[in-house]
Amino acid sequence: MNDVVLQARGLVKEFGGLRAVNSVDFTLRRGELRCVIGPNGGGKSTLFKLLTGQLKPTAGTIQFKGLDVTRLHPHEIARAGIGIKFQVPRVYDALSVAENLWLSARFRHGATGAGPIVDRVLAEISLAERRASLVGYLSHGDRQWVEIGMVLASEPDLILLDEPTAGMTHAEARRTADLVREINRRATLIVVEHDMDFVRSIARYVTVLHRGAVLAEGTMEQIRANDVVRDVYLGKRQHARG
Amino acid sequence: MTSWALWAVAVVIVSALPTVLSLFQIVQLTVFMIYSLLALSLDLIWGFGGILSFGQAAFFGVGGYVYGIVGINSGSTTLALAAGVAGAAGFAGLLGYFTFYGRVGSMYFAVITLTVTLILHQVMGTTADPRYAVGQARLGGYNGMTNIPSLALEVPGRAPLTLDPIPFFYVVGSLLLLVLALTRALVQASFGRILAAVREDELRTELLGYDARGRKLVTFVLSGGIAGLAGGLFAGWGNFMNPQVFSMFQSALVVIWVMVGGRGTLYGAVVGTLVVQFLTNYLGTASVTYTTVALGTVLVMIVLLFPRGLVPAIEGAIRRAARRRAPAPEFADE
Amino acid sequence: MDLVAVTAFGILYTIATLILLALGLAVIFGMMGVINLAQAEFLMLGAYTVLMATSHGASVWIGIALAPVVVGLLGVVIERTIIRFLYGRMLDTMLATWGLSLGLVGLVTLVFGPTTEGIATPLGHFTVGEYRLSQYSVFAILMAFAVLGLTYALFNYTRLGLVARATMQNDNMVSALGVNPARVYMGTFAFGSALAGLGGAVMAPLTGVVPTLGLAFIAKIFITVIVGGPVILLGTTTAGAVLGLVESLVAYTSTPIYGQVAMLVFAIVLLRLLPQGISGFWRRGV
Repeated sequence: MNDVVLQARGLVKEFGGLRAVNSVDFTLRRGELRCVIGPNGGGKSTLFKLLTGQLKPTAGTIQFKGLDVTRLHPHEIARAGIGIKFQVPRVYDALSVAENLWLSARFRHGATGAGPIVDRVLAEISLAERRASLVGYLSHGDRQWVEIGMVLASEPDLILLDEPTAGMTHAEARRTADLVREINRRATLIVVEHDMDFVRSIARYVTVLHRGAVLAEGTMEQIRANDVVRDVYLGKRQHARG
Repeated sequence: MTSWALWAVAVVIVSALPTVLSLFQIVQLTVFMIYSLLALSLDLIWGFGGILSFGQAAFFGVGGYVYGIVGINSGSTTLALAAGVAGAAGFAGLLGYFTFYGRVGSMYFAVITLTVTLILHQVMGTTADPRYAVGQARLGGYNGMTNIPSLALEVPGRAPLTLDPIPFFYVVGSLLLLVLALTRALVQASFGRILAAVREDELRTELLGYDARGRKLVTFVLSGGIAGLAGGLFAGWGNFMNPQVFSMFQSALVVIWVMVGGRGTLYGAVVGTLVVQFLTNYLGTASVTYTTVALGTVLVMIVLLFPRGLVPAIEGAIRRAARRRAPAPEFADE
Repeated sequence: MDLVAVTAFGILYTIATLILLALGLAVIFGMMGVINLAQAEFLMLGAYTVLMATSHGASVWIGIALAPVVVGLLGVVIERTIIRFLYGRMLDTMLATWGLSLGLVGLVTLVFGPTTEGIATPLGHFTVGEYRLSQYSVFAILMAFAVLGLTYALFNYTRLGLVARATMQNDNMVSALGVNPARVYMGTFAFGSALAGLGGAVMAPLTGVVPTLGLAFIAKIFITVIVGGPVILLGTTTAGAVLGLVESLVAYTSTPIYGQVAMLVFAIVLLRLLPQGISGFWRRGV
């Protein structure tokens, strides 16, 4: 039981008449690397927003490390140990790379303790030579890395990655896959992705979301063999060929 | 290093001014410095917090009226000044709590602060009847509260010594420099950097664990306190306080001071206030209406030509001139 | 019974005049997103147009007919010389228009003097029981709803209105379709100014004409439009109704000043509860 780090029960999020998240149950064990896939509009981003507290669920509960975080404010949830990296990087363009990381690290370690953390993370994301560059001037891929660095610097127990390789080159995506596996040794991860190669290279357990509900869950092999998933995701054309 | 030199120069200049200026000019400059404090309070919440408040005039007025009430009733102007600061800060706390924790957008926040100021304007204007008094201090309606005591030096065991214009000038000048120094230190420390993060991307900052609403509230309370200090000093300077401080003109004037001087530099607020007030005074010798037209034109010109304010524009020009004079840097070979 | 009728009339009057005065701002701020702090001065200029007309021997009606034209043209000038450089810069627009407001008040004071001028209210009175009400105030109410209806029809049922609404939503798109967005902005701003001129002109005999006329209204009209929310015309109308009701009820039971205060306080509370304004939850439309 204390092996479970995140437990969502009956999560529902309604916007007007639309159910973006439709009665989702989600259990995550410590140290897992869960990939969440599914067609666009399936509710993946909304699910993340519910987990970080940006949105409040219409119904259902979320337990994180045994604590009921359903109604908590975003900063309280962040303090509890959930970090998120957005699909479109939300970083401080007017500040330098090091300052971005500093803000993140400072919260847990204080102004002086943050310094060493910043140095360490800069090395991990390979941006040490660019530490003084303003983030607004960096390339898209580098800005993604800065945001990953910010998440690492705050040392959360659960990290949410929303399409971490969006807009990256193949080489950058492969580096990201290595980093993700490396991070997984310290933190539990939920990764939302569309890039199937990336998913295959990191995934152990996969959840498929479709129209706001869990369509299937299982290992990568189980998902690929699942007819319903193939119909929904890949279209009946593939199914007919296979 | 250079900033220490600048501070030293500022202290020297302020100390030396009474020897070169007439008494009348010193008295004028004193009130301009009080206004600068007010502008500083806006720059803190607006230039650094990124939150436009039309309510600084309200805190100014609250500070002044509380100073008057406590000063008239207790006879201690030190207590009155402290009460003015506390009253204004408390009021800012209430207003800030109501708006920041209510998820009100920034545009609406500006409107709400303006509305509150106007409400105070209306309400204080209806207090002409003698029964509107706190203790012995009559609120006085549109004519305002009179007989407010001047700031006095209070040493325990001796009678309070009312400050003459020149000593009062020194007190105000010192307070201005002190507040300027303290707020600059504050914004350059962690507090200021996190505030800048909140200003740039509030959600992102919250997701790093920071309580953005709390930080905005603290900043707002600080700026309210500074404005209250200015209000108390103003009441002690002129010995009166009337609802004009809550007028739309006054509210917007504070914004003009900061706009002209430039946001986010703190000393820009001081420069902007001095420039606008000197200009107003100079034009005011011609006629009040010409002042309004000129001020309005100046404001439009500044917005169109120097949108970031005078101090940043001047700083930019100096930087460009320095670059042109310096030789081109050599590129190091790999 | 008569008192009820008269009070109801008074409430209707407060609501209608608030809507009439806020309409121009609903277009300029609600649709265009321009924070025009000189909007109340447009009202004032409309009033002065009527004053100029009557002082030259023409009737009030001529003044009222001229006002939207005069102020509309002024709106074109202002848009071309100041506003169009500041689109998207809300704060700068606010400050520039505040400067404009100061300048206009100053100029009018220089030309016309600072005192309040009265304009004789035409049309006489009618009686309800022992109360006398001016027929002109009925005219003002009717004008308010007529102008509201015409504006609504213009934006929803004409091609011009469609083009304007489309431009506000996506000016790149409309320019790809051959429309010049700059002209649309200019025209919409001029229309909003004309509406203000008309509103000020209609109200002129009822309020008196003074350079600082705008000061009494600027906060109210902004608050009405903001509380109204994104569905501009219907939102402003509803906000006008709600706020006007609050103001007049409190004013009747105590003093007009407390009525204003109550209205402002109520607006703050409303915004706290409905941060998007009253129409924030409605379908998007005009």
